[in-house]
Amino acid sequence: MNLSFDVDSIRQDFPILSKKIHNKPLVYFDNAATSQTPVCVIDCIKDYYEKYNSNIHRGVHSLSDEATNAYENARNKIKDHFNINESKEVIFTSGTTHSINIVSNGFSKILKREDEIIVSGLEHHSNIVPWQMMIKNNEAKLRVIPLKDNGELDMDEFKNILSNKTKIVFLNHVSNALGIINPIEEIIDISHKNGAIVLIDGAQSAAHFKIDLQKLDVDFFTASAHKLCGPTGVGFLYGKEELLSRLDPLMGGGEMISDVTFSKTTYADLPSKFEAGTPNISGVIAFGKAIDYLNEIGLDNIEQYEKSLLEYANSKLKEIDGLKIYGDTKNKTSLISFNIDGIHSYDIGSILDKFGIAVRTGQHCAQPIMDHFGIDGTVRASFSFINTIEEIDHFYESLIKVKSMLS
Amino acid sequence: MTIENAQKDIIDNFLFFDDWTQKYEYIIELSKDLESMNKELKSEDNLIKGCQSKVWLHAELVDGKINFLADSEAIITKGIISILLNIFNNRTPNEILSSNMDFIEKIGLKEHLSPNRANGLSSMYKQIKFYAIAFSKT
Ligand SMILES: Cc1ncc(COP(=O)(O)O)c(C=O)c1O
Repeated sequence: MNLSFDVDSIRQDFPILSKKIHNKPLVYFDNAATSQTPVCVIDCIKDYYEKYNSNIHRGVHSLSDEATNAYENARNKIKDHFNINESKEVIFTSGTTHSINIVSNGFSKILKREDEIIVSGLEHHSNIVPWQMMIKNNEAKLRVIPLKDNGELDMDEFKNILSNKTKIVFLNHVSNALGIINPIEEIIDISHKNGAIVLIDGAQSAAHFKIDLQKLDVDFFTASAHKLCGPTGVGFLYGKEELLSRLDPLMGGGEMISDVTFSKTTYADLPSKFEAGTPNISGVIAFGKAIDYLNEIGLDNIEQYEKSLLEYANSKLKEIDGLKIYGDTKNKTSLISFNIDGIHSYDIGSILDKFGIAVRTGQHCAQPIMDHFGIDGTVRASFSFINTIEEIDHFYESLIKVKSMLS
Repeated sequence: MTIENAQKDIIDNFLFFDDWTQKYEYIIELSKDLESMNKELKSEDNLIKGCQSKVWLHAELVDGKINFLADSEAIITKGIISILLNIFNNRTPNEILSSNMDFIEKIGLKEHLSPNRANGLSSMYKQIKFYAIAFSKT
């Protein structure tokens, strides 16, 4: 175990971890849905409302200045953390879903009937619907990268469907249902050689390891703060300046215009063009704080610690008779999606809850993946750096009890 | 027995148990009493929306009373369906329409069933009432 990683003191940073569920200590294994929030991020939100709450980019007064500086400072933190070239390439959004809609809507007018969009077969529903809406307008075609038996993307098939008709390739970095890390470096490289632009959904990856967007040379990238120890309803979209400039904004409103008459409006420059209306100011500032917090612990430390949690959990769960893990591949984040023979995932989740253990059950908004495995759903336990080996032991023992109750 | 009395009986049965494990074991036991449902009846039409696990509910009017058949893939849900049918099966549409369902709070299940899952339950109850409305018009 990594000695520089003091999980007990890290856990002190999370007030929610002292909560009891049905009189048992909370064991939070639903980090992939939403991460828990450290006290410094909570304090940051409080601080904003107590000390400098005011609208940004508009006032001449000091408070507005202070809020604007904090907001723009958060943009710089995102830029530095993801090694983005310029801060104007960072658009604050309400989250991954919003970001994807900005891109799909922006390309709606640019794409034509003969064009094609490729998405992966490992996608969250929120990643499929915006494109289905878009192709209703432009009649472009949506193609899907199929999965291999083990749940990994079939890269040979990807190369087959990629052609000079392909304009956009879109997939998640890490699958929320299985935790598989997709080979995005290779996908970006091949797509670029074919002249396609690539949008990566980093909702499930950004919390688990360091990501360098310039090195990846990806065209668009997005993540949500609430999976990164930040608040809900905030996220960002990164886009290369040249591409963002070509896209029409999704929303019209205040902040995003430079000149308005009744006959014509000129859009503001980046990033304001995509940030219509008063944004989630406190949320954005707290998002910046959350990034600071993750960096204080160090994403490399987090990655290494979570790897050890995953390995331990994998070996424990595999001791359980009739337990089957889906997407059990080499390149994974700390997430295990599984079923136990003859027991419905809902029943497992309901009883685990009685032991204070929070897991996700069901289809994980990814029905095509469930169909691929011919199942109705799974139990998903997603670990993060706030979890411990002891919690995994408790999980293992609880699963044994669940099994004896239900079979 | 009236619907109200049937609910009272269930509440009384649950009073015997002092911890959740026993309550759950009882629910799992009850799931085994559920009359089996024909595969053909597990159709898209009979599927209830709003439940986390698949739940099918089918109803027929026989001699003025509603005959329900229901099933679920999840055993806990199945047990809860079994309780529901104990209360509502073989009732006239009017009996169902003038009834209230309050046993959930009283058996201490509400605190144990998360809103999501409780929603599943209220969807089932709603569907039972829908059938009652439909049959009361025929
Ligand atoms: C892979 C993936 N993409 C997109 C989303 C949607 O994120 P948000 O709800 O923050 O917009 C999620 C959240 O569950 C996700 O896991």
